[in-house]
Amino acid sequence: MRLFLEARPQPSRIAAWTAPLLATAATLVVGFIVFKALGRNPLAAFNAFFVQPVASRYGIAELLLKATPLMVIATGLAIGYRANVWNIGAEGQLTMGAIAGGGLALWLGESEWPSAALLPLMFVAGALAGMAWAAIPAWLRTRFNANEILTSLMLVYVATLYLSWLVHGPWRDPEGYNFPQSKLFGDAALLPNLLAETRLNVGFLLALAIVGVAWVFVRRHIVGFEMRVAGLAPAAANYAGIDARRNVWLGMLAGGACAGIAGVGEAAGPIGQLLPSMSPGYGFAAIIVAFVGRLHPLGVALASVLMSLLYLGGESAQMNLALPSAVTGLFQGTLLFLLLAADVLVNYRVRVARRAVAA
Amino acid sequence: MAAPSNPPATPAADAAPRLALSGITKRYPAVLANDHVDLDVLPGEIHAVLGENGAGKSTLMKIIYGVVKPDAGTVRWQGSIVQIANPAQARKLGIGMVFQHFSLFDTLTVAENIRLAVDDADAKSLPARIRDVSQRYGLPLDPRRHVHTMSVGERQRVEIVRCLLQKPRLLIMDEPTSVLTPQAVLSLFDTLRTLAAEGCSILYISHKLDEIRALCHRATVLRAGKVTGQCDPRHETAASLARMMIGADLPHPRHREATAGAPALVVDALDVRAADPFGTTLRGISFAVHAGEIVGIAGVSGNGQKELLAALSGERTQARKNAIVLCGKPAGRLGAAARRRRGLAFVPEERLGRGAVPEMSLAENALLTTRGGGLVRRGFISADAVRACAAKIIAAFGVRTPDPEAAARSLSGGNLQKFIVGREISQQPKVLIAAQPTWGVDVGASAQIRQALIDLRDQGVAVLVVSEELDELMEISDRLAVIAQGRLSDPRPAHATSAEEIGLLMAGAHRTQGTGMPAAVAG
Amino acid sequence: MDTVTQLVLLSLAAGTPLVFAALGELVVEKSGVLNLGVEGMMLVGAVVSFIVAARTQSPWLGVAAGATAAAALSVVFAVIALTLRANQVATGLALSLFGVGLSAFAGRDYMSVVIEGMTPVHVPVLSDLPVVGKLVFGHNPLVYVSWVLFAAVQLFLFRTRVGLVLRAVGESPQSAHAIGYHVIAIRYAAVVFGGACAGVGGAFLAIAYTPSWVEGMTAGRGWIALALVVFATWKPWRVLVGAYLFGSVTLAQFQAQAAGVDVPSQLLAMLPYLATIVVLALISRDAMAIRLNAPASLGKPYHPE
Repeated sequence: MRLFLEARPQPSRIAAWTAPLLATAATLVVGFIVFKALGRNPLAAFNAFFVQPVASRYGIAELLLKATPLMVIATGLAIGYRANVWNIGAEGQLTMGAIAGGGLALWLGESEWPSAALLPLMFVAGALAGMAWAAIPAWLRTRFNANEILTSLMLVYVATLYLSWLVHGPWRDPEGYNFPQSKLFGDAALLPNLLAETRLNVGFLLALAIVGVAWVFVRRHIVGFEMRVAGLAPAAANYAGIDARRNVWLGMLAGGACAGIAGVGEAAGPIGQLLPSMSPGYGFAAIIVAFVGRLHPLGVALASVLMSLLYLGGESAQMNLALPSAVTGLFQGTLLFLLLAADVLVNYRVRVARRAVAA
Repeated sequence: MAAPSNPPATPAADAAPRLALSGITKRYPAVLANDHVDLDVLPGEIHAVLGENGAGKSTLMKIIYGVVKPDAGTVRWQGSIVQIANPAQARKLGIGMVFQHFSLFDTLTVAENIRLAVDDADAKSLPARIRDVSQRYGLPLDPRRHVHTMSVGERQRVEIVRCLLQKPRLLIMDEPTSVLTPQAVLSLFDTLRTLAAEGCSILYISHKLDEIRALCHRATVLRAGKVTGQCDPRHETAASLARMMIGADLPHPRHREATAGAPALVVDALDVRAADPFGTTLRGISFAVHAGEIVGIAGVSGNGQKELLAALSGERTQARKNAIVLCGKPAGRLGAAARRRRGLAFVPEERLGRGAVPEMSLAENALLTTRGGGLVRRGFISADAVRACAAKIIAAFGVRTPDPEAAARSLSGGNLQKFIVGREISQQPKVLIAAQPTWGVDVGASAQIRQALIDLRDQGVAVLVVSEELDELMEISDRLAVIAQGRLSDPRPAHATSAEEIGLLMAGAHRTQGTGMPAAVAG
Repeated sequence: MDTVTQLVLLSLAAGTPLVFAALGELVVEKSGVLNLGVEGMMLVGAVVSFIVAARTQSPWLGVAAGATAAAALSVVFAVIALTLRANQVATGLALSLFGVGLSAFAGRDYMSVVIEGMTPVHVPVLSDLPVVGKLVFGHNPLVYVSWVLFAAVQLFLFRTRVGLVLRAVGESPQSAHAIGYHVIAIRYAAVVFGGACAGVGGAFLAIAYTPSWVEGMTAGRGWIALALVVFATWKPWRVLVGAYLFGSVTLAQFQAQAAGVDVPSQLLAMLPYLATIVVLALISRDAMAIRLNAPASLGKPYHPE
């Protein structure tokens, strides 16, 4: 008796939406096992990891605060992924966005500019910087046919090194005791608070707006449709006269702009200055969010909350369970693996093979 | 197709069957491919398995060759029951198979390709043995050549020689002549007759009635997975075979006398360099298709059809805008979408993956090339209009599908092709280009599609059909041209030409090759 | 030892992790599979080898353990991408992300541990010869292993029947299946081999190059290895040349400092990544070379009937 996969004539929509749930459940099971193996009481660990971080008003605010950049970046990435444009360099685009917005903040922060003028300008600068950084892999792919996964990834390292140089050198705070950090941003360059006594800021509203716009674009606009065609069947896209180059540019720039905006959101939000690391790997976690969210704006919003919970859980585990925060990365990777595994059910059924009957 | 000359010799009728299938059944999720099939082949016999596309012939052959396992039934080889678990076992028994879609590796040499399929360890003597066998059976091959440099006909020789090196007792040929010129077909028949005379049995899969009548001793007819008849094809007519094959008479399209109008598509000195290193370069292609006529372009695959179609459809644009003129206006530099707006429609060779997106619904696939009719307003899609458009196509062209939301890949080949043809025709084009319009399509849908093309012509549309099925082209075309090695012959009236003439043009016989032999024989 | 010899020695050493990882990935890609998880596998190889070496005091045991751990991880990739037919790009990315997380997690207690590691060999008499001595006989043992690996891969792919079958599978899995070869099994074997190689590459970093464990210590070498395979147009000897060229570029920082050039270290550290981008662009531009040398089925999911 053997199990084998049998192709479905139709992709199963039910499976498409239950796969993330299945994967999440399976990840929890894995977590259970991991905690046990590490000698921690699994239930207590679960509590500390998944429940405690959101058990208070402050906790919920933190949840949404961390979900914000994930939501924004993943929405942009998903637009590209649907068209088979693999922007893996969101972390670098986020960094460049933070540098651009942060640079503006440092330059104009002490001046008379009001928040209402400065903040939008910072976001625009961040979006442009993120787009510019994503334009490089886009250009390399359309002009040289170079794989955008590798080029966008290389640029992550370049961007990180660039930021490192800036905060160690020309932009270092002269009164910062030689720590690699920029001056703190002036109040005008900081995002207004959304919920009193929490860190949640208006960036969250911006994120929701971005998700909404993306939803309309992907579902209802002809370009969104064409990008989906390109991702599913490039020869059909060519046949239909869909411009492959335009798709690459759009896909990369959407991701770059969103990542840049997220970068400004971090700089002008919880961080308030420029540091050598502006993100705990949001650019990479957003890739997972995009997949778990089925590349669909609504799914992405939900998945970003889940991923945010994993981040908070890691921090909580560090404090309460004496586990390294790296356990977050472990869970994130496991979640993606299990999602890809569960995805097989979308296109295939599991069947039991009977031996061929010999008369 | 002209009837060839020598009738085949009959093998001893009282010999025990070499291969005997009994009650073979195979079920797939969507279809019952083989339904209690009985078949037997005598030693030295050329046995046809006749049936239209989708009758179950390929599945049956895969079962014999061990690629697929039957759900029920027995296979007897030389009298004893065998379980053929995989192709290696089939080969060990002495069964060889020449696939319809070659299983060759382009970047490897002939010798390397053969070495992969031949189950012995003696690699050193292989090139010599290849030369030996290929000469003996009239299929000359150079073992050191890379497969990607070879024509389709030459590649088939590699497939055949690969089988012959294993000294098969049964050779299965799956639709072997679809890639050959008429002359090469005759040459192949000689090879097969030589083999049969040496005692090798041959299973010949085909839907080409004249060939079967010329070559085969016996025929088993399959329809919808069942055996519907067995006969001696030499004593049958094409019409009686067709009746066994499809259960009715072969439909013939209704013709009206063609009255051609102004040229709607003009191609002028088109030069296209092959995009693929293994492709064909087009040189100086010039022809015109007038409104109200059907021009057919015949040719063996691999002679530039792919490149020509991509250049005409706009999937590949030209530097010279006047290389292609649509309805009087230069279109060479326009992309596919722009050419559609000018009145061009195109039914591509590949249904799934090019003509339609397999995972998307029929409704979404309707939107793939249709932009008019209120489907898209100011950039935004009207879901209702899209659904209505798809429903109209489905109704008008008799597409059998559960509903417009069904994924394209869930449709049968014939139904999907009807949908695609219907979609393109529904856009009321001025020029329609169709590539292999009835490939892999059952007879009923084929007839419908051919009739639709003729009706379109009668309405004044310029129709261009590029196909490897010469019979089909001769049936529906007003004028016929041949593409060979990237060059196009002058189109001539279809009724004023013959299959022989076309065959010579296909082989490029207007130029002889270096050996001094006409290219037709060199093949 | 003069500076030129030292530069050559260091370049070879710097390029060696790339040699291991890229040769392994080359075999994987020749079978038609694209495994983007090289970075993750290298890191896992690095951390496991370091831990085992630290605990057993045996660098070679560490290397073996690192190779095994990375190979085990590659099996996860194979199950999801080959058996469950998931998108190879996404699965490879998942593997890398997972490997980064797993290695950080596993190595958390070993960040400041010191081991002796593997030191360059010293052959009596031969190593002391002027110039030639160190250049030929003065390398780290794993460098020699990498040379043997190169020869083995070259011979295997182009001189053996199994290698021919592997190349055929990468060219056209449908044809290989039709002839009767077990495509999935062959690809599994290739993937595991690639994983083991990546693991050794990572182990070299943690045990021989800079004997230590630092989170993320591969610093993108796994990704550079992927680019290297493209740059080499899937030919093993070009992988070797490319790896050593890159090795020398990564040394730019130290070379510049030694030469007294006043460029900030971060900007110099960008060089390998920028070089990768440039090289990738130049090679990819030649569509003909790519089409002729890239396995035709690379990255495409394979569905046996």
